[in-house]
Amino acid sequence: MSQVDTEQQLEPDGDRPRIKRGVPEGLWIHCESCKATVFKKQVEKNHSLCPECGHHFYVSAHGRIEQLLDEDSFEEWFDNLMPLDPLGFVDSKPYKDRLVAEQRKTGMNEACIVGRGYMRGRPLVLGLTDSAFIMGSMGSVVGEKLTRAIEKATELQLPLVIVSGSGGGARMHEGILSLMQMGKVSAALARYHKAGGLFISVLTNPTMGGVAASFASLGDIIIAEPHALIGFAGPRVVKATVKIELPDDFQTSEFLLKHGFVDRIVKRPELRAEISKLIDYCGK
Amino acid sequence: MAPQFQLPFERPIFELEDQLSKLESQANPSTALLDSIRNMRVEIARLKREIFDRIDAWDTVKVARHPERPQTKDYIELLCEEFVELHGDRAFGDDRALLTGFAQLGDQKVLLVGQQKGRTLKERNECFYGCAHPEGYRKALLKMEMAAKYNLPIVCLIDTPGAYPGIGAEERGQAYTIALNLREMSQLRTPIISVVIGEGGSGGALGIGIGDVVAMLQFAYYSVISPEGCAGILWKHVKFADKAARALKFTSGELLKQTVIDEIIPEPLGGAHRDHRAMAATLKAFLLKHLKALSSLPKDELLERRYQKFRKLGVYTETAAVQPAPQSVPA
Repeated sequence: MSQVDTEQQLEPDGDRPRIKRGVPEGLWIHCESCKATVFKKQVEKNHSLCPECGHHFYVSAHGRIEQLLDEDSFEEWFDNLMPLDPLGFVDSKPYKDRLVAEQRKTGMNEACIVGRGYMRGRPLVLGLTDSAFIMGSMGSVVGEKLTRAIEKATELQLPLVIVSGSGGGARMHEGILSLMQMGKVSAALARYHKAGGLFISVLTNPTMGGVAASFASLGDIIIAEPHALIGFAGPRVVKATVKIELPDDFQTSEFLLKHGFVDRIVKRPELRAEISKLIDYCGK
Repeated sequence: MAPQFQLPFERPIFELEDQLSKLESQANPSTALLDSIRNMRVEIARLKREIFDRIDAWDTVKVARHPERPQTKDYIELLCEEFVELHGDRAFGDDRALLTGFAQLGDQKVLLVGQQKGRTLKERNECFYGCAHPEGYRKALLKMEMAAKYNLPIVCLIDTPGAYPGIGAEERGQAYTIALNLREMSQLRTPIISVVIGEGGSGGALGIGIGDVVAMLQFAYYSVISPEGCAGILWKHVKFADKAARALKFTSGELLKQTVIDEIIPEPLGGAHRDHRAMAATLKAFLLKHLKALSSLPKDELLERRYQKFRKLGVYTETAAVQPAPQSVPA
């Protein structure tokens, strides 16, 4: 989701650094933060952190489930929900084809996984968005899965944890229906909130636009991984609008903490222990 | 009076109107002249209908952004017997891009919340061309909560290119304040009517858009992303905004089909910018009709219907069958 109407604000993006999603194939990977070349196996064993500088590499939704939940405790829900192409949307390729390509690339049906599992013995409902699938953007399926998961959490009176990795915000390819998912998910969270449910929102790199402006910001407790990109408008759009240099830490987890929009910054290996502890404090 | 600003596709209308005013200005017109004046008026009306019946999504955007299109302040002037503006978010400031206040609308007292783009350069700068900051959304929620407390219905007029994308806006939690509005509006125990009167720019529009009735003026648009933003990302250049506009299917007709809006409010012939009064009268009748209907609903039912209204939106399939991959998928 973006929000600017003035022309010339978005330059052609030939020079835009494209963030590569997914750990590259091969034995060695390059750390974009400290520029070191590091052994892939070592990174994987280390919660996908750079062993040299602690940079948080991308982790898939499935990888996160393994990192966060007790072994084999996850029961996936609503995995039969599949995206459609309500607008017949075509940009450089038809959205229909894009969906199939993304499904092949990621092995996922959609950008979101929801279900129930245990974290150090605590039952909870877990939702995740995966930035590898069309930038983790929220279309109808993501919105519907999250809404159903929230409704189930309300019904079962379970704590809810949603890990966001959505650089794309609301998915453009499904048009206005994507925007409406923001309202739908937020309304479900309103009911959950009213029923006394505990919602812990975990923000990971990147969490932007319509995802940041809906469920991701509505946690009772909001946790962010270090140095994640989190914000409403894309940094390029902001830069083009204000026409001055952006602060170095602009729209990072640290920026949000400083301005009061994040409760804690937690390194990935500690997430499981932290979330468990927070759940215990809230008595659920 | 004809508008000063001409859209390219309106040119034939303006040419005929020019001719008409020349004919009309002649002293002592003959019967034949009066006949041709009458014919020309009919022809102008026909031409307006013909042109505006078939304008595409991109031209609709231009109409929605027309500098002389009525804005929230115009509607306040034309719709309300009284408007008591309420300023400030009690935290940071008073956002001029989002106005709130008590309004007397016929026999109805309401809270009016409206986005204002501004007409003069000074006003536009003050209200950032209709792009609200977090303090605007916070102000709106604060006043809406108060309205619910005193059982006043809420009317939201949406007209924004989008929430402001700036450093201060991010520092003060643009994403959070919009998210909070979405969550809290869904639970406000008073009727809410949201009408897109011009531009419905993504989250900035939705931030006051969770209504029991959601409607659009005929030539408004309501989109997940601005056509320029979408073109910049998917077509790699803003010059393809027209393509993006058509692909996004965000006109009132399309949104009614997608059941995202309940009703299209027709505009005067040739667009709202041609006749502010007529537009305001139509809007007022629409608002009073729905305010009356919504006020008779018990609050629990109102909230349940509001929840279901958004709950049902979304297009997907529930079959587990994996779609066959088409041949043309690039590696």
